[in-house]
Amino acid sequence: MLEILQYEFMRNALIAGLLASVACGIIGVLVVVKRMVSISGGISHAAFGGVGLGYFLGFDPVFGVLFFAVVSALSMGILRERVRLSEDAAVGILWVTGMALGVIFVGLTPGYAPDLFSYLFGSILTVPFLDLVVMAALDAVIILVVFLLYEEFMAILFDEEFATASGVPVKRVYTVLLSLVALTVVVLMRIVGLVLVIAMLAIPSTIAWQFSHRLKEMMILSVIITAVFTVEGLWLSYLFDLASGATIVLVSLATFLLSSALKKISR
Amino acid sequence: MDEEVIRLEDVWVQYNGVTVLEGVNLSVQNLDFLGIIGPNGGGKTTLLKVILGLVKPNRGKVTVMGGPPEKSRRFIGYVPQITHFDREFPATVLDVVLMGLLGRKGLLRRYTEEDRKAAYKALESMEMLELKDRQVGKLSGGELQRVLLARALVSDPKILLLDEPTASIDEPTKTQLYELLKDLNRRITIVLVSHDIGVISAYVDKIACLNRRLFYHGSKEITAEIMEETYRCPIELIAHGVPHRVLKKHEGE
Repeated sequence: MLEILQYEFMRNALIAGLLASVACGIIGVLVVVKRMVSISGGISHAAFGGVGLGYFLGFDPVFGVLFFAVVSALSMGILRERVRLSEDAAVGILWVTGMALGVIFVGLTPGYAPDLFSYLFGSILTVPFLDLVVMAALDAVIILVVFLLYEEFMAILFDEEFATASGVPVKRVYTVLLSLVALTVVVLMRIVGLVLVIAMLAIPSTIAWQFSHRLKEMMILSVIITAVFTVEGLWLSYLFDLASGATIVLVSLATFLLSSALKKISR
Repeated sequence: MDEEVIRLEDVWVQYNGVTVLEGVNLSVQNLDFLGIIGPNGGGKTTLLKVILGLVKPNRGKVTVMGGPPEKSRRFIGYVPQITHFDREFPATVLDVVLMGLLGRKGLLRRYTEEDRKAAYKALESMEMLELKDRQVGKLSGGELQRVLLARALVSDPKILLLDEPTASIDEPTKTQLYELLKDLNRRITIVLVSHDIGVISAYVDKIACLNRRLFYHGSKEITAEIMEETYRCPIELIAHGVPHRVLKKHEGE
């Protein structure tokens, strides 16, 4: 397996996978425990609008995705609080709005959109160096914010009402959490693509939850699990010439089924 | 020490056009032990949330410790109902008790050694210190209730609000809990809501009935008319099997 590391694109892919595991493991746990998987799905799909915008205006779509993901995370908070829309409906609306905008922008852009597919389903093997830098920076932001607001996050995960009564600015903390989800979407996009992001937010953390009931421990465990899945998926996709993003997701899914079965038997 | 700690004047609350609280007036004095009883959906939880400033009344005035409720939260310990609680939640007993200090801690800060000591002390007083590292989901109903009580007490509140504290625990534990509250009442004002009027009456010193409107009499004696007005159902049904009689004897009994 080591010989494949002689290629630079493989080394980059590996670094990208490990960087993504950090964001994915930490935020994934918060998303799963807070039951925000579908909200995260809404944010990640809405972010496709940013890919379109990038093509249309001719800048790196990563920044378009960053912009769209954060804006949709913030609107999610506003829709929930101000418009009093059910979360379910808010997710649906954001989801399709972003995607529709993306399709329109791509359509308006003259010529053929070369690696559209890679934004949707990931292309870990073609991660440019600039993206590694962006990913590392986003990881740093995520770790710092989670470190600073750890107790508040745990409190709003456990009981929003009690947190409010204790004087925690719950709405603002929740909006920060949504924004961190948006950053994670950007980090994960290169690995599995916008469409498959929710799989990576949900599966490793759910497995971690089967083995630990401590938030911090779950985060560490989830980071490790994600890293293993990424490397494993990457290796299998190289070996059998499969799409890397989808392979990583399927490896995760297979492991999840296996660990659930083991959990059931051991009981 | 007859000092007013909670005051509600003509408080109305409506959710989506449905009236939940209707012209509620209430005055709680320092070191009162007030029990509020009433049917499910009668607005008991809403009343507590109004006192906490979590629900804004459409009309009326709320004063807690002489100020608006949002400003007085640090004086209040709140024990919510535990029905909506996720049994798989990844937190230990200690984590949960420390949440009672979030307001004091301030954003972006960590808990201090002092905070941890306060949490230990609160757990100790509930005889739950041994279980501090246990995952909250693994506790029995009575144990969980005591942890939530420790969480409310850790910030050293002046007022304790409890929402259906006996809903998920067995009879002996209930008595234990009430004894504990009785003890706390020597230094803390307690407001407790429950639909379980049986045991409540033996411990509280004031009772009010709530079914959208509040029928408050200041003493424990509740007349048959008030009960009928509150519950809108035959009184015999409620009085049946009650260990400590709340109601006056019916005529002909």
